Amino acid sequence: MSKSGFLRSSIGKKFLMGITGLFLISFLVVHCFVNALIFVNDGGETFDLGCEFMGTNWIIRAMEVVLFAGILLHIFQALILTIENRKARPVPYAKFDGSANSTWYSRWMGLLGTLILMFLIIHLTHFWVQSRFTDNLAHTREHIEGDQITMFDRMKYIFSSLPVVIVYCLSMVSLAYHLLHGFQSAFQTLGLNHKKYTPLIKKCGVAFSIIVPLIFAAMPICIYCGCIQ
Amino acid sequence: MSGNMNLTLKVWKQKNKDTKGKFETYQAKGISPDMSFLEMFDVVNEQLINEGKEPIAFDHDCREGICGMCSMYINGRPHGPKQGVTTCQLHMRSFKDGDTIVVEPWRSAAFPVIKDLAVDRSSFDRIMAAGGFVSVNTGNAKDANNILIPKPDADEAFEAAACIGCGACVAACKNSSAMLFVSAKVSQLALLPQGKIEATQRVLNMVHQMDEEGFGNCTNTGACEAECPKSISLENIARMNREYLVSSAVSKK
Repeated sequence: MSKSGFLRSSIGKKFLMGITGLFLISFLVVHCFVNALIFVNDGGETFDLGCEFMGTNWIIRAMEVVLFAGILLHIFQALILTIENRKARPVPYAKFDGSANSTWYSRWMGLLGTLILMFLIIHLTHFWVQSRFTDNLAHTREHIEGDQITMFDRMKYIFSSLPVVIVYCLSMVSLAYHLLHGFQSAFQTLGLNHKKYTPLIKKCGVAFSIIVPLIFAAMPICIYCGCIQ
Repeated sequence: MSGNMNLTLKVWKQKNKDTKGKFETYQAKGISPDMSFLEMFDVVNEQLINEGKEPIAFDHDCREGICGMCSMYINGRPHGPKQGVTTCQLHMRSFKDGDTIVVEPWRSAAFPVIKDLAVDRSSFDRIMAAGGFVSVNTGNAKDANNILIPKPDADEAFEAAACIGCGACVAACKNSSAMLFVSAKVSQLALLPQGKIEATQRVLNMVHQMDEEGFGNCTNTGACEAECPKSISLENIARMNREYLVSSAVSKK
């Protein structure tokens, strides 16, 4: 890429943020759908079938690599953009009334993103690292009886702790606000702003930002309360 | 006179772009609510001159909301608390007797302070010079209606052309992004047949110049649209993004 190349330009960098953001949104849909299988409430049978599929299907495994690349790119671009934006205003305003012209969550996307990243690290150590790198969820085996320890067992074990459930729920609030700005913002960045369709996109964005985090938050809550056995 | 106000002003004083600035406090006494914000500054400055003190430097020209010079960041917002107005159109009735008003210059690396509240906005001129023009034949001027233009297109171009280049978008943006200004200028030409000839190269050149000038990156907070005295729409930014994506893809450079 030359110095004036697309990815070096402000719009190019924003484009990468938008496109990776939309990709991560598509991941949320899949993740949410598979996990929502616990609500079938059949002792995790359907859910474990879903996990089995996600863990063995080669397309999904390949997409896992793409997903991590997407997350890293999204974070990396965010850091670059934030540093540049700080440089663009060396002397800050003494009095800044941002709430008069923009929403707080649109101005605090970086903070919300950082909270989500911290959650992601916790979340990955809870489930992903366990299922991929340790011996068949061996850690869980100490706490739960039975020969075959499944992801559902692991879930029940993790969500038996109240602080964990609270952290998960609060993180979903961060995710909701991050999406509330990010969803429609990604379309604007890609140049998809149209008098006819933008109001629809914005409504979909609001619905998505509420429904998906709500479903995610319902999982630890339901398991903790014992609604799902 | 009854109904007149006494105000406390905290105004940014800075000798030039190389020195550090600081706030100075001034008392504005007997201010009529019918005065514009700039007229209030005139009164304060006259008083300062009479006292043998240095007046406050601020930009102003037309005083009727069309030149875009009056760059004042008032109480945390460009052009003060009202929407869709410049500082010269802001009246003192928007404030209460006894108020303290904080007045700062536009703050952006691309807008260095010339003195006090006056900033150098020639970065906008350089962006315009990079592509904000159309080619015309020499010789006699053609009949204005020679080229037919659909009315909705003409209206949309006109709305974008309402941009007065004041820089409030940059001042309002938490990232000091100039996207609203540049997109209005790109749009006004891209929407018309006369602007199609240079369309591909125009958006590339203008965005490149914008980046060179050190403006920040747009995060779609929408603060620019909310604070723009001419209510330029965010749709223009989307159009510029679109134009830029396509132009980058097809450009041979």
